[in-house]
Amino acid sequence: MKLPFEHIQAAHCENGVTTGLLHTIGIDRITEPLAFGIGSGLFFTYIPLLKVNNGPAFAFRTMPGLIFKRTCTALNVPVHREKFRSREKARQVLDACLDVGHVVGCQVGVFYLPYFPKEYRFHFNAHNIIVYGREDDRYLISDPVMEMTTSLSAYELERVRFARGVLAPRGQLYYPKIGRPVTDEQIARGIKKGVIRNIRDMLHIPGPFTGVSGIRYTGKKIKRWRDKLGPKQAGLYLAQLVRMQEEIGTGGGGFRYIYAAFLQQAQAFHPDEALSRISDTFTRSGDLWRDAAVQAAGIYKGRIGSQEDFNRMGDYLLEIAALEKQAFQALSKINWRP
Amino acid sequence: MKKEDIPQDTGAFGKITKEVCYATDAEGRYTTELSKGWDVKNSANDAAWQDIGERQKTAMARVLNKEASPILYFMELKLMDIKVLAGYTGFWAWQVRRHMRPDVFKNLSDRRLRRYAEVFEVRVEDLKNMIPQ
Repeated sequence: MKLPFEHIQAAHCENGVTTGLLHTIGIDRITEPLAFGIGSGLFFTYIPLLKVNNGPAFAFRTMPGLIFKRTCTALNVPVHREKFRSREKARQVLDACLDVGHVVGCQVGVFYLPYFPKEYRFHFNAHNIIVYGREDDRYLISDPVMEMTTSLSAYELERVRFARGVLAPRGQLYYPKIGRPVTDEQIARGIKKGVIRNIRDMLHIPGPFTGVSGIRYTGKKIKRWRDKLGPKQAGLYLAQLVRMQEEIGTGGGGFRYIYAAFLQQAQAFHPDEALSRISDTFTRSGDLWRDAAVQAAGIYKGRIGSQEDFNRMGDYLLEIAALEKQAFQALSKINWRP
Repeated sequence: MKKEDIPQDTGAFGKITKEVCYATDAEGRYTTELSKGWDVKNSANDAAWQDIGERQKTAMARVLNKEASPILYFMELKLMDIKVLAGYTGFWAWQVRRHMRPDVFKNLSDRRLRRYAEVFEVRVEDLKNMIPQ
């Protein structure tokens, strides 16, 4: 059985699953950048005490699951979401969903995902895929970061749905229950709400670890990494930063380009000149993140590595923090259409 | 980033699929373009794998030195940490940590060893003798 479904490739898996699933219920006006912006996807955090894959924990985006949830809430689309204890039950519910014609999103871990290249299979559990049918023992899979659709055996799918570790998916599946016609007003209101929530996340969360202050904090820390960790370990930390920033799913520049694209598209709903200016600022920020990545690569490749080089690396982040602070402050002055 | 500046340096992912990048066209409008990869991040991934290789070597040396049980080695081989391994085996993290002591490992029941062996995808014999699959 194969449900009607059109594979849409996206930069980021959760944006892609969100737009793909909304398509199946007849909502085709939500592009990837709109989903990302309405879901307030842009973020930054560095939690020095937390280790992921033996490296430092950075994130450039909001918590997994929120983009889908927030976008659906903004469009007044009811969502079904379920986690499971039993693998058996997880499979039965998935089959039942497909039988009644729901295309379903699943949270999975990538370590046992057979179609991923081995080099990318880490214990990372916040990946999202779409299941759009079943043929014999194989489930038809649309993975938004891939160009083509693929398939998984029942065993393979169960294995990735029940991956363990941080953010274990526990078989989680979700889908929008029914489609409702989406109005311009709804999208416009969703955009406004998404931006305001993103301003809060980037500027107003107390403490030094998140948002713009998190970027500044990381920049200052980096300057001390060389002495504190030794050049080798410090290089690995920087490599980890670059991977979180650029690896599959960010659209480049740590999601800053997607956010810039979102602000351009937002202008169609809120005709304020300032939006395209602020969009340019985020493009500049994305460019700076990438310049910083080039500097970091010099260090972890061992081409450069003096304290001067680490200072420069840290200064990039301080510059980015200042730039994004200014951009979000400008966003808080936008004249939203009611 | 401008559309024409999107790097096309094939990496491990680029061999399997191209990925979507966001960039601006000549008028400054955002559009998407497929990329095969970027040197900077390919080398970041290489650095991570090099580190993994070294961790595995260190782990093996520690097991041979009787400082740790083979569970440490297989854990590194499967890129896991204690938390992930605890999740897959169903043991508590403190138990896993304890099982990494050679003196404790020596006395582990076959049933417990099987739980590890299953997760590491090896036979119990090979787990004890540190022979990867």
